[in-house]
Amino acid sequence: MSDADGVQDAGYDEWLEAAEEGDTYYLECANGHGSLTPRRVCPDCGSLELERVDMPETGEIQTFNVTHVPTPSFEEDAPYATAIADFGPVRVTGQVVGVDPAAVETGLAVELEITVSETTGKRILGFRPV
Amino acid sequence: MSDVRVAGTGLTPFGNSPERTGRDLFAEASIAAFEDSTVPRDDVEAVLYGNFMGELSEHQGHQGPLMAEAAGVQAPATRYESACASSGTAVREAVKRIRNGENDVLLVGGAERMTNLGTAGATEALAIAADDLWEVRAGVTFPGAYALMAQAYFDEFGGEREDLAHIAVKNHENALTNDKAQYQRAIDVSDVLEAPPVSEPLGLYDACPISDGASALVLTSEDYADDHDLDAPVAITGTGQGGDRMALHDRDHLARSPAAREAGVEAYDDASVDASDVDFAEVHDCFTIAEVLALEALDIEPIGEGISAARTGRTTANGDTPINLSGGLKAKGHPVGATGASQIAEVTKLLAGTHPNSEYVSDATTGVAHNAGGTVASATVHVLEVTDQ
Repeated sequence: MSDADGVQDAGYDEWLEAAEEGDTYYLECANGHGSLTPRRVCPDCGSLELERVDMPETGEIQTFNVTHVPTPSFEEDAPYATAIADFGPVRVTGQVVGVDPAAVETGLAVELEITVSETTGKRILGFRPV
Repeated sequence: MSDVRVAGTGLTPFGNSPERTGRDLFAEASIAAFEDSTVPRDDVEAVLYGNFMGELSEHQGHQGPLMAEAAGVQAPATRYESACASSGTAVREAVKRIRNGENDVLLVGGAERMTNLGTAGATEALAIAADDLWEVRAGVTFPGAYALMAQAYFDEFGGEREDLAHIAVKNHENALTNDKAQYQRAIDVSDVLEAPPVSEPLGLYDACPISDGASALVLTSEDYADDHDLDAPVAITGTGQGGDRMALHDRDHLARSPAAREAGVEAYDDASVDASDVDFAEVHDCFTIAEVLALEALDIEPIGEGISAARTGRTTANGDTPINLSGGLKAKGHPVGATGASQIAEVTKLLAGTHPNSEYVSDATTGVAHNAGGTVASATVHVLEVTDQ
């Protein structure tokens, strides 16, 4: 069941739009814990004081896979590499773009890049090696 | 506090039967459980039922009362949803109710209809146990999430695909005698290594199948079992549940399962046992790497060493601590909502000496069942022991 056309996911779509503009942020609480949107409460400490802080420009791949059997939403995209990258205060999951999936490895330095699914045309969070 | 007895167990065959509805599957499992227990349906005070993807696979919500009806029980019924730990969670709630004196007789179980969705549909349905915004929309599938954990494990502790392959081979071997298992077929290491990749480093034979099936248990208080002269020598003596952040990237560890550790510690403490008392276990091996993480979380293997347990024979049927003598999710099948209660059924039969593989654990007194939801953002662990009756 998907949203009707044009319905935005508050917090999330806003974040993607900011990331497309190169203005990526994460949320930081009064105690310095980082988290991703949408969020009203820090999941680490319960703080309600969350503010936007600029995301570090580069992250490092901590683990990855190469997916050959995707969900229908990524049928035309496979095979593709997915990774978890560490950006310091937050870790993020995304698809690795601009490189042969077989060349992806732990420790690779990446930057965020919002890309598009070949299957659905929808935006997806991606990483590009730097 | 009353001891909780497993009075009866019932399982459908697990496998590929796309035409069978959830209600038909659960009816069959519950009939078997009532026959096994000799408990009359009229004595059941509530039905606790696990199911994950009923809205997607059957366009059916509100399954609790539907399943009570299918089982022929007139009692309040509630569905428990905790992804693949749905019926493990239902069992835990049942144990707590019987212990606190609220109920004496409960029907607990679960069912899942999956194969009617096809591989793509089932992959999509399973994926929703991950974080939709931050994982699923980035293309993470369920095998993909476990592949992220497998790669993280290899990087942190070492190990290779061949180590994982031995887990699949072991669990297929154990399923050969299980007539309810989806695969009663031996495989070898090369079969696993040469299988098509699903999400590297995991291939087709590192993954459990998509399955249809149901499980049911009749659980009673000790007093009820004694008063009715039930043949119910196995008790659930410990229960635990753990939780973790939803998205894998938000966890402290990418190659460990803290939620399962928390559940295990709680269940061991509850039963006053420790890992050295565990004679055998049924663990949630939805992917081969999941068995490794489970063994380490339950302290059956030290952190970083679980990867070699099957390869060296420590967890094979003749090993020190046989793991997944039923065939596990890998070979028995994984109709997700049914799995947790089915593990309790397998442990019960292994302890009671009524399982085809009981010969491997003939002196066993303590078995453990470990059921994980999602990428282990949820976990339940139960300790079962043979009672003196």
